[in-house]
This record gives sequence, structure tokens and C-alpha cells, in this order.
Amino acid sequence: MSESKPEGIILTPEEKARRQRRSRAIALSVVGLVVLFYVITIFKMGPAILARPM
Amino acid sequence: MSDAGADIRREALISNADPSDFWALMKPRVMSLVVFTALVGMLIAPGNIHPVIGFIAILAIALGGGASGALNMWYDADIDQVMRRTANRPIPGGRVSGEEAKIFGLLLSFFSVMVLGLATNWLAGGLLAFTIFFYVVIYTMGLKRSTAQNIVIGGAAGAFPPVIGWAAVTGSIAIEPIVLFLIIFLWTPPHFWALALVKNEDYTRAGVPMLPVVAGEAATRRQILIYTILLTLSAFAPVALGFGHWLYLATGVIGSAMMLRWSWMILRAATPESDRKACWSMFGGSILYLFALFAALLVERIVFLALPLLARLTGVGA
Repeated sequence: MSESKPEGIILTPEEKARRQRRSRAIALSVVGLVVLFYVITIFKMGPAILARPM
Repeated sequence: MSDAGADIRREALISNADPSDFWALMKPRVMSLVVFTALVGMLIAPGNIHPVIGFIAILAIALGGGASGALNMWYDADIDQVMRRTANRPIPGGRVSGEEAKIFGLLLSFFSVMVLGLATNWLAGGLLAFTIFFYVVIYTMGLKRSTAQNIVIGGAAGAFPPVIGWAAVTGSIAIEPIVLFLIIFLWTPPHFWALALVKNEDYTRAGVPMLPVVAGEAATRRQILIYTILLTLSAFAPVALGFGHWLYLATGVIGSAMMLRWSWMILRAATPESDRKACWSMFGGSILYLFALFAALLVERIVFLALPLLARLTGVGA
């Protein structure tokens, strides 16, 4: 099998490292947002969150 | 494709940004003052807020401040590029594209307002949304490039945080946060005009009609003194209204005396060297002054909140 030459833009190691750091920051922000909405729900509604008609 | 064409295409497609660049877009130093003044507004408000909800509210207000900063840097990239003080900001520095900054700012605006509204109430959320709108649309897009009164009116955006903090706790607005608003509002012109006097050349080159550029340095010096007098008068309103006490009064007297001295030094500066020194003293000192006034209110409030608890623990007054 012949090795094909990569096409398009090839990232330098530094650009790859930056992209990875950006991806991590986005992941952390998304997780943070999920936790934030969870915490707001619990503290705003408190025990009432369980009191729903069955 | 030619090498130049490939480079342009590469630059358009590859982001050079580091997470720290997005942090810089949020103007962290401005954000810290926003957080602090909002916290004071929140703590002096009557009523209770769960500490966790209070923390989330402060976080949302901080993010709203950061959103304003990012959108301001997106719109002002052309000005920032020609000013020495701002030439290395993420967009003119070539690390973040204008489009990235705009989307980042819009996303932050949306989430900060949503989080504050959901966590506390929609008056606070609405006030935060209005503050972002005021700073970005009214000040950055409108006033900054069109009138020498830009920072006087635009200063209102920076004055809102204590009102938002108060509204987050009470769901309403009262005279106390309005007084805090007034103090920050009157503080802004002398603070920024002192900087504008030193950086006059930069602002002239960028075509920003700051007061020294439009009305001249002598008029600016007089205006600094006038606003400082108004500011120091308003600084005593919390004492008159009964929510500032001895510590605040002492801080106000000492701080106001220094502010008046600096503004007098700016008016009377005889040499370029003494002028520069007086302007930097006013610029840095005014930050300390505002911080000290709000810190005094904060400390007094914490002491008043802690006193009944201490009395209960020690049995005094039982």
C-alpha cells in the first residue's frame, strides 16, 4: 500500500497543542455549565424538587 | 495556489488562540472591580440569599462583565491596533480573530444573563443584559467615537454592578444601590481623564475624541477637579443615609482628601514631569479610593452581621 500525501492544511505541533488546550477549555466550560444548572435547580427548588404529584 | 494565497487561507482557517487569550478578552482587571462592587451591593442589601446562589450570581455578573469586555475588544480592534497601550491585546496581536471574539462575547452575554435570571430573579438578569447593551452598543459603538463626553455617559455601564447585586438579593432597586451607582459614575471621569492626559498622543492618533483631544488639556484639568469635588461629596451620601458608619466615614475623609489633592496637583502641575506624576497618582490612586470606600462598607456590614452571632456565642446581651 502506498503512503498517501496528506492534503489540506497541516498543523504545526504548536498549533496542535493550542487546539488541544482550547478543546480542554471548551470541555471544562460545558461541564461547568451542566454543574451550574444542576446546582441552581437543587438550591432554588430544594426538597420541593421531590414533591411532585405521582 | 500561490504561497501568499495559501498563507491567507491558512490564517483564515487556523485559530492561533490559547485559552489565556480568551481570558484576556474578558478584561480580568475590570472584571475584578465589577465582582467586588457587585458583592458589596449584594451584601449591604436587606434580606437573605443562599450563599451558593449568591456565589453563582457573582459569577454570572463577572461573566457578564467579561462578555462586555470581549465585545468591546471585538468592535474596538481598529483603535486598539494604533494605541501603544492596547496594541498587544488578543485581536490586534493576531492571536484571536474578530469573529472568534464576537461569538465568544455573544455566548458569554447570553449565558451570563440566563444564569443570573434563573438563579436569582429577572430584574437582576434584565439589569445585567442592559449593562452589557449599554457598554457595547451605547458606549463602544456610539459614544466612544463620537463625543468627548464618552466616558462620562459610558461610565454608567461600570456603575451598574452594585445595583445588580442589590437586585439579585431583593428583586428591587432602592436608594442605597443608586448612591453606590452615583459614586462609581462620578468616579469614572477623573479616573479616565487622568489616563487620557498622559496618553493624549495615543488617543489623538487613534481618532478617539477624548476630552483632552477635543477640548484641550487645560479644560480637562478643570473638569477633573469639578468631577472630583462632586465625587467626594457623593462619597458621603452613604453616611447621610445611614448605611455607611465610622470606618466608612474615616476612609471617605482620608481618601477624598487625597483625591482632591491629586486633582489639584493635576490642575497646578508646572512641569511635564510633575504633570505626569500627578496624572498617574490620580489614575492609580482613584482605583484604590473606590476599592477602599467599598471595602469599608463591606467590612462594616460583615461586622454588623457577625455581632449578634458573637453575642449569642459569648452569652453577652442574653
